[in-house]
Amino acid sequence: MQKFNIPHNFEFTSIITLYAQWIKEGKLKVNSDWNRDLKIKFTLQDPCNIVRKTWGEKMADDLRFVIKTVVGEKNFVDMIPCGTNNFCCGGGGGALQAGLPEQRRAYGKVKFDQIMKTGANYVFAPCHNCHGQMEDIGEFYGGNYHVVHIWTIMCLAMGMLGENERSYLGPDLAEFGL
Amino acid sequence: MTSPIELDELDCDFKESVQESTPEANLDLCLTCGACTGGCPASELLDMDPRKLLRMVLLGMDDEVRKTPWAWVCTMCARCFKACPMKINIPKLVYSIRKSWPRDKAPKGIRGSCDQHIRTGNAMGVPSKDFIWVVEDVAEEIRENDPKFKDLQVTVDRKEAHFVINQNSREPVTEPDELGPLWKILHTVGADWTYPSVMWAGENYCLFLADEEGWKYILEEFVYHIDNNLGATVVVNTE
Repeated sequence: MQKFNIPHNFEFTSIITLYAQWIKEGKLKVNSDWNRDLKIKFTLQDPCNIVRKTWGEKMADDLRFVIKTVVGEKNFVDMIPCGTNNFCCGGGGGALQAGLPEQRRAYGKVKFDQIMKTGANYVFAPCHNCHGQMEDIGEFYGGNYHVVHIWTIMCLAMGMLGENERSYLGPDLAEFGL
Repeated sequence: MTSPIELDELDCDFKESVQESTPEANLDLCLTCGACTGGCPASELLDMDPRKLLRMVLLGMDDEVRKTPWAWVCTMCARCFKACPMKINIPKLVYSIRKSWPRDKAPKGIRGSCDQHIRTGNAMGVPSKDFIWVVEDVAEEIRENDPKFKDLQVTVDRKEAHFVINQNSREPVTEPDELGPLWKILHTVGADWTYPSVMWAGENYCLFLADEEGWKYILEEFVYHIDNNLGATVVVNTE
């Protein structure tokens, strides 16, 4: 809208910013008690579009605040590098549909190695392209991690995740809380 | 025998066109330090990297630049731009290369998704009435199966809702069960929200295709719908 100077009367925000705000305001009562004994490890893919290219450090901080609230600070492992200096997963910019899978996967090897080094069982992907790419490279290079949306783990933590809403969970969480 | 390159005699049409359309790109300032390339996961793929691409542009190798499929391997993630000590906007350069491709030669998948979005309001090409049907169906299922959410409300085009929410079209189309958790969170916090029926999807493949006409059309239709038909205060993207 900025690029084309299109006037508009609304603000634009991300659901992540709202999650962070709602948690701070006490409207979203979520915590990491569910993971206190399980100690399941999570990492995060900072989507280039909302972090480096749009909201910068503020978004990187909001993401970590939300995720640490939901899984527990000790159960969150950052990739190196991360935040605004994160590597792209290789699925962005239309790459998932560019018809160059060999190059896309070679690109994604950087991300795959980063994920594996964290030792995390789960990767949060707050972007659908990242989600698709990380699942694909995980399968291609033989990773043992699962890729999840934030809303899935948030609902799991609040005990409201339905039986049919678990397709991205591994066997360790597939029946948790049912 | 090798001969020196006469810089004054180089024909750098592509470089000039990029400088004209994006004056902030400052291509001439490159120090060839390679910070861009050292931190780029697409370096060396298809025997190309950001520094090399920029060198080729500056040397007037226009045919090779315009033809390189590397423009579609680079994801325009802007890590190089952030690292560049001279603030050279390489993602914009790559975008300009994509834009210079004849539309019918651009990757079919990206072009198809852009076309679908212009035609139907989402990259999957699903008619709005099908989107609305899926949303209502999934909501009804949750209300019936989960007593905690028997009052769950999910609406499309509700006027004066505070939030309008965009969602990646793959969710309602290929994995509708993924809609539920977000709705439950919105219900729990008491958010006043609705989906738009026009240009309802969060993705934008016309941007990736560098189809500015299509991209602008999608945005204009969306903004018109929100401001004139719905009157929402905040638009929320879910990714």
